[in-house]
Amino acid sequence: MLDRKNIGRISKPHTVEVEKGRLKFFAKAIGETNPIYTDESAARAAGYRSLPAPPTFSFSLDLEQDDPFGDLTEMGISLGKLLHGEQNFTYHAPICAGDTITLQSKVVDIYDKKGGALEFLVQDYSLKNQDGQLVAEMRRTLVVRN
Amino acid sequence: MSELNYDALTVGDEIPSFTTSAINRTTLALFAGASGDHNPIHIDIDFAKKAGMDDVFAQGMLGMAYLGRVLTDWVPQTAIRQYGVRFGAITNLGDRITCSGKIVDKSEEGGENLVKLELTAANQDGDVKLVGHAEIVL
Repeated sequence: MLDRKNIGRISKPHTVEVEKGRLKFFAKAIGETNPIYTDESAARAAGYRSLPAPPTFSFSLDLEQDDPFGDLTEMGISLGKLLHGEQNFTYHAPICAGDTITLQSKVVDIYDKKGGALEFLVQDYSLKNQDGQLVAEMRRTLVVRN
Repeated sequence: MSELNYDALTVGDEIPSFTTSAINRTTLALFAGASGDHNPIHIDIDFAKKAGMDDVFAQGMLGMAYLGRVLTDWVPQTAIRQYGVRFGAITNLGDRITCSGKIVDKSEEGGENLVKLELTAANQDGDVKLVGHAEIVL
């Protein structure tokens, strides 16, 4: 069972650069053909500093660390039993190529269903840019099959 | 992209939908690299079989990225205030995902025109894979 004492647990912040080539690759991989996501001049014409990160790219920024699941394994979660239950994004300002984003997460809830057969871990993330501006928030709900 | 007129939108309206091409192994490999989700269950059939699956299957966040395109095809991305999904079922190789959305609420709050949407990603058999919701400011 997931220890409820983990509620309130705050991750170490990590900082990641938003790379232009990576954004182009991401756009290609998701079938995005709008040129603002791959062509710098089209992005600037649309009012962006550089290529914008598509709406779900923030999730990938969290994976850009040496051990993206280290926080989960420290809580005793086995990755083979893990499912992605829900994902939510709240947007405050664009994230663009060249930005440096600092992510930090907090465990806001742990609960179970079906007599503990399924446990739910809810984490809230803040994403701040190089100016300290809160640009996005994420909520990730993971399901552990016991 | 033409400007949307808030007053012309009606609760119940469907926004333009699209259907992806069939998901294949290349789709999953490219998304693994591009998204940074290197979980082998999505790209290595040997690993997937050892984990008790018949084959590899799509990353949940690939479906969420597809469904997000229904929003960015419709409005400038800066108009999206909030976007969330619940992952309902596994998306398999060969699935063609139809991404659609419909307006479920309109309101004027704090001088902003807020539009709420319900979103759905379903395969060619109508099996719903993701159910989503979004808030757009016009």
